[in-house]
Amino acid sequence: MASTAIDSEAPSKRTAPTASVMEIFNGFLLIGATSFGNIVPYLRDGLVTKRGWIDDNGFIELMSISETLPGLNATNIAVLLGDRLQGVAGSIAALVGVCLPGAVVMYLAGIAYHIHGDRPFVTAMLKGVAAASTGLVLATIVQLGQKSLTGIADFVLVVVTVVAVNRLHLSVPYALLGVGSVAILWYRPRNETSTRRS
Amino acid sequence: MKQLPALARVFAYVSFLTVGGGMAAFPELKTLTVDVHQWLTIQQLIHLYSVGQLAPGPKMMMIVPIGAWVAGVAGAVVVLLAFYGPTALLTLIVGRVWNRLAEWPWRTSIQKGLAPVSIGLLLAGSLTMAKGAVTNWMTALIALAALVILLRRPVNPAILVLGGAVVGVLLFRIS
Repeated sequence: MASTAIDSEAPSKRTAPTASVMEIFNGFLLIGATSFGNIVPYLRDGLVTKRGWIDDNGFIELMSISETLPGLNATNIAVLLGDRLQGVAGSIAALVGVCLPGAVVMYLAGIAYHIHGDRPFVTAMLKGVAAASTGLVLATIVQLGQKSLTGIADFVLVVVTVVAVNRLHLSVPYALLGVGSVAILWYRPRNETSTRRS
Repeated sequence: MKQLPALARVFAYVSFLTVGGGMAAFPELKTLTVDVHQWLTIQQLIHLYSVGQLAPGPKMMMIVPIGAWVAGVAGAVVVLLAFYGPTALLTLIVGRVWNRLAEWPWRTSIQKGLAPVSIGLLLAGSLTMAKGAVTNWMTALIALAALVILLRRPVNPAILVLGGAVVGVLLFRIS
């Protein structure tokens, strides 16, 4: 999504964008129904460019909160923006809106799978779909890594986490809490001259 | 219907592990739904996750059919509420205090520290999935092709998954 910031003069007084609960629901429902593949560019396009509910910096901030917290990025962004626009009701409207279309589609897909999942044609297709999805997930991780892994310490933390879960069969919460606390301590606040890393 | 509390527990618990993305929770999701409760097989779980990549919206709607298979429409609703409700509440609360945390030096530490750990969890999840999805050189080739194409070209991932479906039919239909 090209972020073609049109040089429109920002409103002199920063008037907070407004949207009714119904508008929030409809807006997120549309994004939820039409976003295929990675949903983030669709959210940005729909929320920043088309509706102006938030500016680019605000969106990036919501994104960074969402990435740190548990929950999917898309639903966390929905909750955060919905809350800023219309409080708790806005949050719920955004969350339900963005989830509803995919949930209905998958409900129907689940029924179809149950009836036809054993046919050779479907099995063959699913083999290909699963393999391609694996490649897709790996690509997403590589891209995420390129963006946020900065030093040797980061790579060590990645490897330790993978080994803990896949080799030592440590359950995910222990890995998250264990390696997570070490990682947070590694990046603990340092006094003033905290420019060095790893 | 007896399974509803179990569904709620499992999916609420798993939702808190999705730091960085749904894939981070995959090993735990597999353990609980496949090994412990035996609601579905590992192959079915992988299929649902993969088909879920083709559905619109957030990419973890594959949980809906699991709930539906176990307890019908009620199961689907319970799973959705359990998976999205608690984390949404947490996000709502943290979102409101976030700006007040701006001066708190540990906020940056937490963000910087959790970034590599969440990537590690995502990787661990995808390796768990790969074990079931990449079983021979043909599936390995499909996965590798998807990986390379996505890293080189700005193509919509859903198109590649569809491509995988076509290649799958062509390659495996005969065997």
